[in-house]
Amino acid sequence: MNTTESLPPFTGTALGCIRGGRAVFAGLDFSVAPGEALVLLGPNGSGKSTLLRVMAGLLKPTTGKLAWGETGLRDEPELHAARTHYVGHHDAVKPVLSVAENLRFWARLHEPHAGRAAGAVDNALARFGLAHLRDIPGKMLSAGQKRRTNLARLLAAPSPLWLLDEPTTALDRANIKVLENVFAEHRAAGGMVVLSTHQDVDLPGSRTLHLDEFAVFAEEDDQ
Amino acid sequence: MSRFFEVVRRDLRLALRQGSDSLMVVTFFVLTVVLFPFGIGPEVGILERVSAGVLWVTALLASMLSLDRLFQADYEDGSLELLVLTPTSLMVVVMGKVLAHWLTTGLPLLVAAPILAVLLHMNSDGFTVLMLTMLLGTPVLSLIGAIGAALVLGARRGGVLVSLLILPLYVPVLIFGVGAIDAAVQGLSAEPHLLILGAMLAASLPLAPWATSAALRQALE
Repeated sequence: MNTTESLPPFTGTALGCIRGGRAVFAGLDFSVAPGEALVLLGPNGSGKSTLLRVMAGLLKPTTGKLAWGETGLRDEPELHAARTHYVGHHDAVKPVLSVAENLRFWARLHEPHAGRAAGAVDNALARFGLAHLRDIPGKMLSAGQKRRTNLARLLAAPSPLWLLDEPTTALDRANIKVLENVFAEHRAAGGMVVLSTHQDVDLPGSRTLHLDEFAVFAEEDDQ
Repeated sequence: MSRFFEVVRRDLRLALRQGSDSLMVVTFFVLTVVLFPFGIGPEVGILERVSAGVLWVTALLASMLSLDRLFQADYEDGSLELLVLTPTSLMVVVMGKVLAHWLTTGLPLLVAAPILAVLLHMNSDGFTVLMLTMLLGTPVLSLIGAIGAALVLGARRGGVLVSLLILPLYVPVLIFGVGAIDAAVQGLSAEPHLLILGAMLAASLPLAPWATSAALRQALE
């Protein structure tokens, strides 16, 4: 992934978001450069998931702008999608497809040659300890195994920016360790990681963003 | 383009393994049509007169049955978010899903239609035209249906809502589909009706995926 080193930083300026008539956050700035990690912290409902969905491009921010260097996200939505992996609350594992089929589909959809290239899918499965489950249908998997199948997408088709919404949910301590190592390697290769978490994930040298600092206090709503 | 085929292959594989959806559509089609001779009596003249209308109305309803599954499962398990985030135009993904939907529901209807036409004593002059109208019309049903399926995502009782939204849009397909067959049976040219059906297909092919994409993005907001 040498190409990622020349990537401009991924930035957001003056972001604000209104959900269901309520301002979730306002005036939020962030910047992630290659090799960096950003941890989103804040109590429930402070907008961590919303911010990650905004970053992924699933939600449009009400105010403000996201950009890669000088290039706005709106101008190049497909480029942004190619550079980004989003891991949300749901694992997108089809019950009737095997683990390998699930992963191969997402890998090829993300990068049409990834599934065929040098067993990327098998490597990703092995890394997350799923090699022995590759032919097991998705409906047989435990919550943790489903989550690992979803996380294996990160490795099966490379992308520099990883957006993860509480990736450690349902993972045991050993697998969180695996995930931490995967993050470290990704950052060493010039990748970027943004994640929200309630558990301690060891990300050396990461920066934190406390979302409650950007909360909008709804005093005017009381009337 | 390879992403398009990847989506088609996945949806076909899902349909094949789950099986029930496309089987349900054909079964509904066959059973409902078979009921008509019991309901209106076995007189050849009457059955022949209504055959085109019965086949098309039933095909319309049958294809609507499977619509709520088109995006609902992907919506619930989070696959839809990842499909929307695919590094290509969302229209490509939508077209792939619609093609897979047509192959698993429209195509079986097309195959079953002539057999049921025999049952309804349809005049044999109408058979070729029946197949042609089905070939042109059922993809339009899948394309328009996708818009409705995307619009009702997240709504409770989406099935009822989708019929309200989609049935009015299906009516032109019904009118010209039946019109073409009636014309052929009466010895007139079916060509104008078929041309209009073709025009509907040509118009909905780019417009429906565009509208569906917009509705899907809205559903995920």
